[in-house]
Amino acid sequence: MIQFQYERALTAKAALAALGNSSNARFIAGGTNLVDLMKRNVMAPAKLVDISMLPLKDISQQNGKTIIGALALNSQVADHKLILEKHPLLSMALNAGASAQIRNMATVGGNIMQRTRCSYFYDTALPCNKRQPGSGCGALEGANRMHAIFGTSNQCIAVHPSDMCIALVALDAVVVVAGPKGERRIPFGEFHRLPGTQPEKDNTLQINELIISVEIPDNGFDKNTHYYKVRDRASYAFALVSVAAALSMDGRVIREARLAMGGVAHKPWRLTEAEKSLSGKTATEENFRQAAEIAMQGAKAYKHNAFKLKLGPNVIVEALKNAAGIV
Amino acid sequence: MDNYKSNKKPEKEDVHESRRDFLKTSSLLTAIAVTPATISKAAAYNLGEKISAAFETMPVNLTVNGVKKQLAVEPRSTLLDVLREQLDLTGTKKGCDYGQCGACTVHVDGQRVLSCLSLAVMQQGKQVTTIEGIANGDELHPMQKAFIKHDGFQCGYCTPGQIMSGIACINEGHAESKEDIREFMSGNICRCGAYPNIVKAIQEVKNGGQKS
Repeated sequence: MIQFQYERALTAKAALAALGNSSNARFIAGGTNLVDLMKRNVMAPAKLVDISMLPLKDISQQNGKTIIGALALNSQVADHKLILEKHPLLSMALNAGASAQIRNMATVGGNIMQRTRCSYFYDTALPCNKRQPGSGCGALEGANRMHAIFGTSNQCIAVHPSDMCIALVALDAVVVVAGPKGERRIPFGEFHRLPGTQPEKDNTLQINELIISVEIPDNGFDKNTHYYKVRDRASYAFALVSVAAALSMDGRVIREARLAMGGVAHKPWRLTEAEKSLSGKTATEENFRQAAEIAMQGAKAYKHNAFKLKLGPNVIVEALKNAAGIV
Repeated sequence: MDNYKSNKKPEKEDVHESRRDFLKTSSLLTAIAVTPATISKAAAYNLGEKISAAFETMPVNLTVNGVKKQLAVEPRSTLLDVLREQLDLTGTKKGCDYGQCGACTVHVDGQRVLSCLSLAVMQQGKQVTTIEGIANGDELHPMQKAFIKHDGFQCGYCTPGQIMSGIACINEGHAESKEDIREFMSGNICRCGAYPNIVKAIQEVKNGGQKS
């Protein structure tokens, strides 16, 4: 790891001041992703601003929404009474990600900001437009079994690795960020972006902004929810495909559905058309299968990930069946 | 990248400090951090890494296995490297060094974490417990005894991490069943495949009513 300047901030204002407008400075909190990337020289910031001591760890309920501090630990959120009661989908998704040790270190803000695990992004000897713009995409014609099937560009087919974010996008969360001009609220679905011609940009956060909290509006998804994750081993692996399903039910009839997919796109992939198709329908496997077909429209496979075209709809159906309690 | 060589840095043991001293030290730390003149100087004179490293340490106070330590660490040093190279606590193992294997698991403020992905400079004021700190004198920790009884290892390299993780797994309330233990111990890889015996050891300690 190259040398870097280290500064510890105790307030959000001090943290933003310490970061300044430098594109080569980074905030660090849990460090589970950044330290790994720095050891491999994938990222080499000249300066780290330690925000781990900022008072942003609280989880609370206010004015019809659950507010989760950006520095709340993944394990703390997953086990929190308020989250288990009101947003069990988030708890399930968090526990499906990483390991117990990493969840004890990783923060909510850091989870949102984590980088792709694409092996070309990680290997500095190989081309990657995300790591080094203009160098090419090794995955396009390479080992792309783990890669995206939605929203890809000819410059990047990497996926966002988070499980937590899949639940948050389904729950219509809002990311609250602080910057030099004050606070800004970003709907979760607009926080991350598709690669397009600028795959080096994972999200819409500006250089001099800091995530303060994540808000989840109250919803009717406290009972019929499920996070279904398929991976290469039983635990502690990134998703091949994952699905967050939340249903608001009136008997066997679906009032409202929320669906999002992980492991398939550069951003947490919300399935709004499939959701709409389930409104007012009875919770049956047939209806779920139809929604899954709608969800998969526009999917495009590469040489090694065509299995996701078949796995995707199956995981959607299983997640919905589990959420509806018909397994 | 890492401090593989034995690179002894100044350290004082058994420092009794008050909260006021701690605050003083942390303000000083911030002052140093804000103007790292030494860093730019080292860069300007194009000094070799070895020489510049001597300038670039920062003070950190932390408690390791109940003993207060005043250390000077490079910002890039991980807690794992500081434990092993500066404090000679080599019980904590470096497996992958990238957060994938769990061999480096220690407890920080009572929570299990990966010391290989923790920067030592960020552990200011924290309580660190390593495998060396869990026995009560010559009396092994119940988890250590259970690992021996159930043959929870072959080569033993992952064992310190497994034991630290196993203790935390029970304390967290995540050892309610075999499946629960397997899920919440999945961050500790054992290439020898001693998993069934590790699960047995944890179950025994859990059922024996281990407190901490």
